[in-house]
Parts: sequence; structure tokens; C-alpha cells
Amino acid sequence: MKAFVTFATALSLLVSSAASLNGQSHGANPPIHKTAAASLKPQLPAMPRFRFENFTTASGLPDDHVFNVLVDGDRIWAATENGLGLYENGKWKSYNTRDGLAHRAVLSLALDKRTGDVWAGTMGGLSRISGGRIDTFTQLNSGLSNDVVYGVSVEGEHVWVATAAGASMLNLRTNQWSLFNERNTPMFEIWVYGVSATPSKVYYAVWGSGILEYDQQKKTWDKYDDPDGETEMVLFKDQGLIHEITTSVSYMEKDHILWAATYFGDSHYDGRRWHNFLTKDSGLPSNFTNVVKGVDANRAWFGTDKGLAYYDGVNWAVYHRSLATGKPEMTIRDKNGNVTHVEVSTAPAHNYVLGIDFQGSDIWVATAKGLSHGIHQP
Amino acid sequence: MTLLRSFSIRVGAFSALGAAITVLISLAVYNASSRSAQAAATAGLTGERLEYASPIELLYAPDTKQLYVLCQQSAEVRVLDARTYKELKRIEVGRVPRGFSLSPKGDRLYVANSWDDTVSVIDTKALEVIATWSVAAEPSSVVADREGKHLFVANRISNDIAVIDAQTGIEEKRLAAGRGASYITPSPDDTRLYVTHVYPNPTPHRTMPQSEITIVDTQRAVVSERIALPYVAHGFHVAFSADGRLGVAAGLHPRNLVPLAHLEHGGAFTDTLTFFGKDVGNPVELPLDELERYAVRPFGIAITPDKSRIFITCGGSEEVTVIDTSRLLRYVHMHPGSHADDLSAGANYVITRIPVGHDPRGVLLTYDGTKLLVANRLDDTISIIDTRTNKLTSTIPLVGPKQLSVLRKGEQTFYTARYSFQGQIGCANCHIDSTFDGLQWDLEPDGFGRDIVDNRPIEAVKDTEPYKWNGGNPNLPTECGPRTEKFFWRAENYDDLTLTELVVYVRSLPPRPNRWRLPAGELTGTQERGKALFNRSVDKFHNPIPENNRCGYCHTGSKGTNQKSFDVGTRKSTDNSGLLDTPQLTNIAITGPYLHDGSANTLEQIWTIFNPEDKHGRTNDLTKDELNDLIEYLRTR
Repeated sequence: MKAFVTFATALSLLVSSAASLNGQSHGANPPIHKTAAASLKPQLPAMPRFRFENFTTASGLPDDHVFNVLVDGDRIWAATENGLGLYENGKWKSYNTRDGLAHRAVLSLALDKRTGDVWAGTMGGLSRISGGRIDTFTQLNSGLSNDVVYGVSVEGEHVWVATAAGASMLNLRTNQWSLFNERNTPMFEIWVYGVSATPSKVYYAVWGSGILEYDQQKKTWDKYDDPDGETEMVLFKDQGLIHEITTSVSYMEKDHILWAATYFGDSHYDGRRWHNFLTKDSGLPSNFTNVVKGVDANRAWFGTDKGLAYYDGVNWAVYHRSLATGKPEMTIRDKNGNVTHVEVSTAPAHNYVLGIDFQGSDIWVATAKGLSHGIHQP
Repeated sequence: MTLLRSFSIRVGAFSALGAAITVLISLAVYNASSRSAQAAATAGLTGERLEYASPIELLYAPDTKQLYVLCQQSAEVRVLDARTYKELKRIEVGRVPRGFSLSPKGDRLYVANSWDDTVSVIDTKALEVIATWSVAAEPSSVVADREGKHLFVANRISNDIAVIDAQTGIEEKRLAAGRGASYITPSPDDTRLYVTHVYPNPTPHRTMPQSEITIVDTQRAVVSERIALPYVAHGFHVAFSADGRLGVAAGLHPRNLVPLAHLEHGGAFTDTLTFFGKDVGNPVELPLDELERYAVRPFGIAITPDKSRIFITCGGSEEVTVIDTSRLLRYVHMHPGSHADDLSAGANYVITRIPVGHDPRGVLLTYDGTKLLVANRLDDTISIIDTRTNKLTSTIPLVGPKQLSVLRKGEQTFYTARYSFQGQIGCANCHIDSTFDGLQWDLEPDGFGRDIVDNRPIEAVKDTEPYKWNGGNPNLPTECGPRTEKFFWRAENYDDLTLTELVVYVRSLPPRPNRWRLPAGELTGTQERGKALFNRSVDKFHNPIPENNRCGYCHTGSKGTNQKSFDVGTRKSTDNSGLLDTPQLTNIAITGPYLHDGSANTLEQIWTIFNPEDKHGRTNDLTKDELNDLIEYLRTR
């Protein structure tokens, strides 16, 4: 099963999901209303609206397959399959292996807010971009556990890393690496896909092994699993993590809320109660979720294979191209499950969303076929 | 080649015999002092205690009535009357202070104590230390920002710049610098800091060395930019013209990728300045050396207020080189690009060279620019130069002994370039501040293109004989004497007494404090696990590990060497032999690259890349976690 899912995942990551444009959403379709943008009904939930500007290789992006995006003030970093792009002052600059980048395929990004350094996880190691210099850490030249770096997160003077063979942590003060795997944590599988580090907790999304939690004060590990253990069905909804194949975690430290994404639905955890989101009973356009990015305790953004979704704690909005017509579309689902189509003229570059970051009230979206800047519309 | 080698062996045997006798005498004197070379006092030949100051940097007090002298060996700031140079006070600071600066208001003097990992805060009114703050590893320079909000400290060993709250002394963060971060110079408008580095950044094996100037945005306290210094392995001070349009960085440009052929054929280093800023456009590197006149190890720089001249102290050649700025800029614009290898270039802009004392380091111009003060580290003097005539007008001795101890003489010999052909290099060219250089060299005694060797550190080198990677030199008198004289200096031999003094000095070099050890000497859990792997006799498959394939067999004892040679499977096609002397492990965490030819940039690479057959210890049964443990233990050595 694992091998099959692995293969399927890799395929879906590496091949742009053109099929998703024509794919069918899961579950029963809720009632649908159509509304012109200029004549929104007063009762329609006020969800954020954007005008999307899309970047591709034609506009200077290093590659159209964008795994992740990072906002650093006015600078935008794009992790692509063929280099790291930096958008600054209206122009793209590319970094690749000739500049010292660990590998051309960049999978993950993190900003050290204290120093301004950017950390890039690649298919061939971890790179630090600092003042224009690139330093690279690999499994051969450093204590990094594996060169395939799916996730990276910087907290204080520690860089937490998710790799294909366990998790690692680099102490920037001592240059000491700590490795976390099946020998010293409750991790059953060592394919670690995402990480979210805060001063109090560090969460790892372990592909096939649920969520790993590290308590920074107690220095102890805990683990969250799908209580039904099923890979295909959800027997016990809202009783735990929705699925073992976790892809992304986002911890809201101030609110003590964990958002978790899997390929089979998403979850919200407040420390006592779990709440699960599935297409059949939420506004998620697809259960196949690549990334979740929390805003606070109630709000989060989801990147799925069928578009970008926003949840405000009650209502849902989806930004994508229509699965039927391929035209830009925004849908709003209210608390009663009523779905309203809002006429829009732009959409993210592709429905297969891999990364999300915020720039004030704007949003940046990494997709399988381009990078999108969602400019907030009043 | 063979004739040359036999000749050198005969000379070496003769010199070693003579030297050995004098070494024995001198060692007895030295041991009686029971102090290291870094200590404040050493015993003279007549037995009295000799308290040397070793001035290294100079500053005027805010009112310019006092002169602060940072004294490295006596670990103090001496306060002199700026007019009469009479000593007014001594302020004790931490061990081996290396840099100091004033706060924006002038009410505080900050001192970076490199061996204590502290910054001393001195009240400039009371002239007393009011606080001592812990910082990172080997702080070498400290500068406050314009608002007095942050202190920036360049840490030589941790290769970073610490950002410290200037009121509390609490470290807020560290910025990634280059390797060997050491000297910080603010831009004239104080918006940026320019940080230079004494060791080269890691680069692929046998490629050009490269250092950098790390530029820090003081407002945001982040690294905003880096100026690459290709071919510059060691950077020292930076200076700016008052208008901020011209920046100058002193550096050493080694020629380590080609055989270290006879010095008379072109030298092993070029002593250079890198110019940057609006006056020059893209940075350019130009030589200070001229044919037969070398400006060895440029260190301190001062630019006159009117930007007409640039003064550079040259430690090895014991002089101040003077540049005419307008002629220099004319040359730069007529000859675009860098010309570090063109020894005819200097004649276009070097206007004179002024002899000063031993190992001149820090410089200071009076505010009107009419006088230049030079700290002669190994003379305990300050040279005063009239900048209008470029003449030495006086030499001010600091209070202290007039007699030179054996150690002091040996240190002078180590730092001077006077013994090499045309005065091109000294021991300290490759052993920066008596350590190492992070470079690999092709030493022609082994044959051109043969036996590329990494430069081994010399701290705590005493009692680790034989020397050289092939173990060919049985003792330090041979290593420092005939080998150096014939293959490096290409000039006169040391006389026996001079060689003895040099050997005594080298033997006295203590190890730097190890920053990976816990204060009480205990090991962390990780280090304990690594130690067990280091000393294990059975591998993970319960197979016994042959004695000579255990880490702890070859790397035994307090210095980590059994002083024997082994083949650890790292021989290259260019190596004459695979048998290599077991290197000591002292402070191995900071002395990369590793292996005899420097092919491993990191400790990890020794075993992840260069030990496929388990000949360099049994390691291929280890997991990545365990290898990390082993390395954490090694860092405590």
C-alpha cells in the first residue's frame, strides 16, 4: 500500500495535474447559486477576493512547476523544479546549482526573520541564502539526515528540517545537528514531509505516520495518529487526525491550534478536540491537500489538487478554474452548505496548489504551472 | 631534485645538532617561567620577569587628550597622555584582546577579548571596567551602531557576527559571516559595517581561495550584501575615505594552486589591497608589492582626511607603505580590473615605504591628519610618522622591559619576513596569528605537482613530532630550520641562536580554548556516545576491530596522536606515498579542511566520502546519527 501511495504521490507531485481541471469533486454536490460580482447578495459571506497575476517562465520565473513560495517583505522567493527564483523590484533573478544551490529542484522555503537568511530545502540538500551567498548542507558534508528536504522551518537559532529519511535540527549557535527518527521518537515511518516550528512546539507531518509533536520546554515527543487506522475510509470522524498520510502542518502558537493537511482530508486540533474537513461536508474542493497555512485559530488556507481554498471558521471560499469549463471561478459556501458562484476574471495559475504565503492582505500561491499573486480586492 | 634534497638533509643534520644544544639551554629558561607565549610575562635570560605589552590597536579618547592602547599580551588597555605619551593608567581586560572601539557618545570603550569570549565595557570617564559580557567564540572586533542600540561583535571561530543589546549585553542573534570573521569597520555614515575574515571560505578542493567582506545593515541588523574577494585568503582591516567614496581592504593573496617554486621566481603570496566604492566602480585588487620590495602582510589602513594618501602597516616587512590616492585612482581607471599579479603596478601609486618596528599592526591618524601613529606589536613601541613628509619622527616606547626574552625574540623571528629571499614571506604568512591558513600547498621538495598538502595547525604542536604529513622531519629544529630555510626562504640560514629562539616560541604555542567542551570538562550525552564509538574495539556486527583501525589507537593521548604513520586509504595519484603521519586532534573542530591534502571540507566528509574501505577507522557500519555523535566528540578534542 505504501509503495503504491508513494508512487501515486510522486506522480502527482511531478506531473502537473491537468486532469484535475476535469476531475470530479468528492461527495454530493450542494445547492449552487450564481451571482454576479457587482450584485452580491447582502447575506453572502464576506470572503476575501483577489485579482490574480500569474508568473511563468515567460515572465522570468525559473520554472513553471513551483513547489513553494515565501514572502520576505517586498521580496518573493519561488521554489521551483529548476531553481530558486527571487522577485524583487519587478524582476526575477534565478539561483541554481552553479550559484551553489544544493539542487535545482527546490521543494521548501523558510525565512529566518531575525537574520533575513532564507533556507531552501531541495532534492539534494539544504541551502542557506544569506546576503547573496549560498551555503549548502548535505548528508555527506554535514549532519543532515537526508538530502531530500521536503520541509524546513526556522525558529530562533534552530533550523528544523523534514527529510525523506527522518527529521533533523541544526543548532545555528553550535552547528550541531540532531537527528530524529524511528530510533529516538515515536515515528514509525521516516518519510517526513512538512514541519512547523514555534518557540513552544514543533510539529512534523510524517508521511504515513501521522503527526509528531515536540514540546520545546519539556523536550518530549508525542504522536497523533488516525484513530481508525484506515487508509481509505474515515470511520471515526472528528475523533483524531483524519489520516496517517500527512503532508503539511501549521501551528498557531498564540492560539494553540494545529492545522493539518493530508491526502484524504484536513484537520484542526485545539489540544483537546479534533475537527476534520472533507469535501463531502465542507467547502474543500478536494480531500487531496498538499499544503495548509493557518491564519489563526479559526482561519486557514488550503492548497489542494483542485484549487485554493479558504476557511474563515464558518464559510468556505474556493479560488480556481472551473473543473467543468476551465474558466476562472470563485465559489463561496456558507454555513448552511449553500454554494454561490462569484463571477471573477482571474484565478491562480493552476488548480494544483503546492504552496501559500501572505503579503499583507495579498496572497501568493505556488502551483504546478506557475506562481500567482492574489492582489486583494476591496 | 635529488641533489637538493641530499644537500638539505646534510645541512639539516648539522643545523639540528647545533640547534638542539641551544634549545636545551633555552628550554630550561623557558620552562622556568611556566608561562605560555600568550601570557603577560616571560622570564628573561637573566631571570627577571618580562612584562610585555604587545600593542595592537590605537584609539583617541573622545576629547583627543588621551590615547588608548590595546595591549594584547598584557591583556590591558593602557591610557596615555595623547600629547606627551606618558602612561596615565592601565585597565585590565580579558585574555588576548584583539579589537576595541568607542560608543557613539564616547562614554564607553568596548574591548573584544578573544580568548575569554567576552567584551569588556570600560567607562571612559572613570577609566574602569564596568561590565564584562559573554559573547561567542573568539571575539576579535566590536563596534556599536550609530544609535548605541546594538553592539556588533566579529567572532573568529564561530564565523559569525553577534548582535548584542548595547545596554544589557544580551546577545539577540548571530549573523552568518565568512570564515574567521575578525575585523569590523563602520562606513563613514555609520549605516553599514564591513567585516573582514582571516581565513578563506570553504571552496571546492584545489580551487582558488576566496574570502569576502560581509556588509551589515546596522539599522536592520542583517547581512545585506557580501563583496567577494576572489583569490584573497586572508583579510584584515578596512578603511574608508571621509567622503565614503573609497573603501580599502587589506589582504593576502596566496599562490597555493601552483607549486611553491623558488621565491626568486615569483613568490608565494601577493600582498594586496582591494579597493571598492564609487571612486573605483567594481572592486579591484591591486598589489602593494613591487619587484624586490615586498609589503608583507598588510594589516592596518588609514586614509588621510583629504583622501590624498593611504597608509598601510605591513607586519612582515616591518614598514608602513604609503600610497598616493590620486595616482592610484588614475591607475585604476586606466587599467580596469584587478592586477594582483602585476608587480610593476605598485610603482604607479606606492610613493614610499617607511620602516617602523616589529610586526606593526594598528594605525591611527590624528584628527587633522598630520600625524600617523603605528602600534608595533612586538617592539612595545608606537611609531610617530609625519604624514606631510612621510618620515618617522619619533618612536615612543611603552613602559616595560627593554630586554628581550627568548620567547619574544622567537616570536619576532616568526613574524618577520626578513629571513626570506627579498623579504617576501614569514612563518606567519601561512600560520595566521600563529595558527593555520586553511590552504593546501604544493611544496616542491616533494616534486612539482606531487604531494599536495594541507597546512597543519601549530597550536600545541610541542611533543607531536615527527613533523610534516610524511613524518619526514624528526623534530622542530629540523622543521623550522633547514626545511624552512631551504625550501621556503631561499635565503640565508638562521643562526643557531635565532633558530633556537624560534623553536622555543613555536613549542610554547598553547592551544586555543576549546569551545565545544562543557566548563567542567564533562561530556554531553551526544559526546559520550561519540567517545564510546571513538574507543570501541568491536563493530556493530560484533566483529572485532583491528587495533590499528580504531580511532583511539592512532589518535591517542591528550593531543590525539600516537606519532606514527599509517595508510588510511586516502592516497591520491599525485601522492608519493600513502603512509601519513597521524595528525594531532587539537581543536580539530575549527581547523578544516581535513585529510593530508585538504580534500575533506568537513569532518563528515572524512567518513562519508573518503573512507570507502574502512581504512581510516571502522565507520561504515555506523548510522548517520552515530557518525554525528562521533563528530560531536571529536569537536571536544
